[in-house]
Amino acid sequence: MSASLTLVILMAVMYAAGVYVMLERSLTRVLIGLLLVGNATNLLIFIMSGRPGSSPIVTGTSVEDMVDPIPQVLMLTAIVINFGITALLLALIYRSWWLAQLGDEGDTLTDEHATESAGEADVTFLSSSDDDDAIAQSLDEFERGDGATSDEDSTTHTGTHSKHAAGRSGRSAPAEGDAR
Amino acid sequence: MTALVPLIVCLPLLGAAVALMLGLHRRLQVLVSVVSLTAATVMSAALLVLVDRTGPAVVQVGGWQAPWGIVLVVDRLSAIMLLISALMLLGVLLFAVGQGIVDGDTEAPVSIFHPTYLVLAAGLFNAFVAGDLFSMYVGFEMLLSASYVLLTLGGTGARIQVGITYIVVSLVSSLLFLSAIALIYGATGTVTLALIAERMPDLPADIQLILGLLLLTAFGVKAAVFPMSFWLPDSYPTAPAPVTAVFAGLLTKVGVYAILRTQTLFFPDNPFSMPLMIVAALTLLVGILGALAQADIKRLLSFTLVSHVGYMLFGIAIGTPLAIAATVFYVVHHIVVQTTLFLVAGLIDRVGGTTSLSRLGGLLKSSPLVAILFFLGALNLGGIPPFSGFLGKIALFQAGAIVGDPIIYVLIGVGALTSLLTLYAFARVWSMAFWRPRQEVKDYTSSMSASLVEDPQDVGLVLKKTISPLMVGATTSMLVFTLCLTVFAGPIFDLTTRAAGNISSPSTYIDAVFPNGTGAIENSNKGTNFEGGTR
Repeated sequence: MSASLTLVILMAVMYAAGVYVMLERSLTRVLIGLLLVGNATNLLIFIMSGRPGSSPIVTGTSVEDMVDPIPQVLMLTAIVINFGITALLLALIYRSWWLAQLGDEGDTLTDEHATESAGEADVTFLSSSDDDDAIAQSLDEFERGDGATSDEDSTTHTGTHSKHAAGRSGRSAPAEGDAR
Repeated sequence: MTALVPLIVCLPLLGAAVALMLGLHRRLQVLVSVVSLTAATVMSAALLVLVDRTGPAVVQVGGWQAPWGIVLVVDRLSAIMLLISALMLLGVLLFAVGQGIVDGDTEAPVSIFHPTYLVLAAGLFNAFVAGDLFSMYVGFEMLLSASYVLLTLGGTGARIQVGITYIVVSLVSSLLFLSAIALIYGATGTVTLALIAERMPDLPADIQLILGLLLLTAFGVKAAVFPMSFWLPDSYPTAPAPVTAVFAGLLTKVGVYAILRTQTLFFPDNPFSMPLMIVAALTLLVGILGALAQADIKRLLSFTLVSHVGYMLFGIAIGTPLAIAATVFYVVHHIVVQTTLFLVAGLIDRVGGTTSLSRLGGLLKSSPLVAILFFLGALNLGGIPPFSGFLGKIALFQAGAIVGDPIIYVLIGVGALTSLLTLYAFARVWSMAFWRPRQEVKDYTSSMSASLVEDPQDVGLVLKKTISPLMVGATTSMLVFTLCLTVFAGPIFDLTTRAAGNISSPSTYIDAVFPNGTGAIENSNKGTNFEGGTR
């Protein structure tokens, strides 16, 4: 099997840099390190498809000149998976930054535990009907403000909007607990 | 009947989609997930019966022949794992539904629990039926992505903190696995398990060593094998009780399954026997010593979980058919008992208000049913005769003694010691949380509590919540199931012996995937033969 030396060196450098950055304390750097290592792995898979400059699989090329497509398929799948998990990790890092930044004010770790400790407080045990009411209410508001759109549009919007509504009602619970 | 093989993956995935669409209707969501998991259980039971009678079920997805297309294979081992995980998922789901009814579902404002849980199930099933390394990787990623979401449910500070560590560790192990796949593809020109098994012995010994160790490391992180087990006791106990239970029971066992599958198939000569023995002994000892220091019941259980993975590694390290049979039996026993114990810990958390031993007391009087559930589960995990834990361990020790190496005798000693120490850890939980009267909890001093370390996330509160009959019912039926494993240990051990007979001769597996032999594709080395692709 022959492979491009440039790709091999690039892969090695990316692995090394990725592992180095991953060992930092900062979460964003850890993420960057993971991305580097992930892409180095993708390159490793890519290298396995053989000599660079081979033809794609089309009729009319001799079989010896064709590039092996399977590693490219595997690589595509790996890229998609990595992409999804990176998005999730970014969201979590943002959330952890959020909790760290607002530590002394509103939506904090200690406050959330405070409402939990209040246990029997009505706020913590928001019944599902309360949630549904909140969602229905915000849906109504939304539809009143945006009645002109077509049916299809409004269903897609409704989906995201109700998620926001539910998220908001959940997050506002600790604040309400404080107010009491 | 082979249509059941892809269906068992597709059904939970479809269920997840439907449950996501029904996000605003909680009762319908519950109905969808219960129905799809029940159907998965029935299908896996049917598959087990079918496979046990007629041999491995093989499906070439989309009609593409094995080395080029994706192949799904269910042999006895896969079928056993499918059935047991479907049962556990169903039991824990019922517990979670019971808990959700009591709590009014405040854990996650947007109802993502059910869809994510079903994706986790689909990922698990996919990993078990995968006939090639890459779809095994995809299955792993499905279940891991779902587990990331389940672990950080609600997004509280503690969960985010451990969640990020858990994700980074899992991601690194996945990348190791992916690199191993790339290298194996480079060396053998295929990702199909059966064909790799055929070509692996022709590779130079040093390449085989590198590939084998890379796979072992990647799966070792997932199976929480010492020294790659550090992440587990921190991350699992933070999640909600049902999530912890399903993680503890099933996620590490997927790693064990992958080790078992790849080691027996690719390296039938068992070249990693010695390193596996050493790692198994260290996993057993370090895990259980960690458990002895914990004041928090959930953390204690997590450490016993790490420790008992050592038994399964021990079985794989011995590698004889009898040892493999004992390992499979032990995996089944351990999945059920560990899941049940974590559910019981969830109940203790609610009736006692905390899971810290230093604040629990008088539970035997206040909730005798929970006490009985814990007592039977603990005796079972500790390996007291006649429970299945004892039977599994004795089978492992017997398989080891037949081989009779000096190091195996050392490991048998370590295994017996671990069993006793497990019992000691549980005896302490019993005497402090259940036997100690409630009024003695304050200013309690005893040599038993001297060395206990509190959970770093512990907030020092006692907060009681009610439990619903469904939660108790789910836990009780799981416990009854562990007792059934004891009562029907004979037939089950016969089944695992047949499964071990399958996997200790890789030719059965290879013949099932390539009924016409691999000769026709022997010349299809990379870059030379693409008849399948030129359309």
